Amino acid sequence: MHILDGALSLPVLLGASTLAVAGIAKGARELDLQRIPAAGLLSAVFFVASLVHVPIGPSSLHLIMNGLAGLILGWVAFPALFIGLLLQAVLFGFGGLTVLGVNTLNIALPAVIVFYLCRRGVAGPNATLAAVWGATAGALAIALTALGVAAVLALSGEAFIPAAKLVVIGHVPVMLVEGLLCAAAVTLIRRVRPDLLGVMSRSASASASARATAGADSRAPHSSPVQPPSEQPAPVFSEQPARLTR
Amino acid sequence: MSHLGDPSAPLLGAGDRTHPARGPIQTLDPRARILAVIGFAGVVILLDQPVALGVALALALTVAALARLPLRRTLRQLAAMDAFVLLMLLMLPFTTPGHALFALGPLTASAEGLRLAVDIALTANAILLMLLALVGELDPVVIGHALHRLRMPTVLVQLLQFTVRYVGLIDAELDRMRIAMRARGFVPGTNWHTYRSLGYALGMLLVRSLERAERVLCAMKCRGFSGRFPVLDTLHFRRIDAGLAALTMLALTGLLLLEWRLG
Repeated sequence: MHILDGALSLPVLLGASTLAVAGIAKGARELDLQRIPAAGLLSAVFFVASLVHVPIGPSSLHLIMNGLAGLILGWVAFPALFIGLLLQAVLFGFGGLTVLGVNTLNIALPAVIVFYLCRRGVAGPNATLAAVWGATAGALAIALTALGVAAVLALSGEAFIPAAKLVVIGHVPVMLVEGLLCAAAVTLIRRVRPDLLGVMSRSASASASARATAGADSRAPHSSPVQPPSEQPAPVFSEQPARLTR
Repeated sequence: MSHLGDPSAPLLGAGDRTHPARGPIQTLDPRARILAVIGFAGVVILLDQPVALGVALALALTVAALARLPLRRTLRQLAAMDAFVLLMLLMLPFTTPGHALFALGPLTASAEGLRLAVDIALTANAILLMLLALVGELDPVVIGHALHRLRMPTVLVQLLQFTVRYVGLIDAELDRMRIAMRARGFVPGTNWHTYRSLGYALGMLLVRSLERAERVLCAMKCRGFSGRFPVLDTLHFRRIDAGLAALTMLALTGLLLLEWRLG
């Protein structure tokens, strides 16, 4: 998972970093005053989640959860996951400095792909089917991440091809675990706050707000930077209201 | 929480991250330090000659000594990365084609592969050590301010500040949920129940965080937030920082010259 400083060839490093910058820019454009607190909190959640170790057989693995991040954040996954990686590199020394762009691309691009492929399925009417889509999202994101890591290694030199294969094989258990966790998380979010899936993407959240305020208020959501927040009322369509305020 | 170290010391909390300035490095301007480490990393990945890389590592060790990095923590951080380096060192000589160095059963180790592995090991350690020495000891809030002054887009800086602000809080929230799970007799293992429970916990964490974000946004608006944080920092670029800049330029030019002469 961790690519080292100095392992990749310069063209690969520059190419991947350019793509990462483009992704971050695209995600940052979706962020406005309304969304920055939520994006910051989610970025913190995924930072913390990546420190959770999950038992698997005799050992344990740490989560990446980029599939779930993609489902909730959409393109905003790019800046949010970038910030998480930056903090990890600077504070813990996890992941190198020059490979920050490569790592961002490898983790955030699968999140965005999963967002486009699975968000409809996850929000569908059938709970079982939605859980299957959730599992697909979690597993697919990891598979794509592993393939991305393998690709940048293989592109950097023939000597890395065995290492690239090892990366792909090593990620199979991670894929399974993240798939299961993501399915469970999706199931829970659907029950508690179904409006949150895809909440950070402009289109999805606009339609969610439109649904929530339909008939009551016809002004366009998020048109002004300082309009009263919380367009979504207490989750009227959740089966099981959450008791969250402390 | 075990994975975030001592719970009494807020790792990412604002304010007291570690300790007051102790060495000469700590008195330098954060912007100068960030730029220096970026320049250093940019030059070091261009180097190929083991001697030049060795000099770079020695430079990083010197700066780390000047910064008086806590020995044990630094070693632990280096060891975490060097586990991967070791894997590379063991693998690369056998997977790189080239002059045979020695044979191990059906596998032959090549000199080129060994050289590549050594290069990577030196590069990765030099950059990480320099990063930890120059930037690792900074308060994350100060890093945010410095990046703001260095013209990083405001949105990203705000995202960074929010993340830094809330990591500790979310970690505490997760900790509470874990205690609650343990109180109900949850024992993690390799089974469906564990994965489902952890998935529910993560889902709940997300839901709670988004609800918290809504409250935070309300509170910010109550205080008249208009999309910009007033930055109340006391960054001063002084003579000594110009000195660091000059020294960095000199060192980096030296490294490149060394590489060029040897190459």
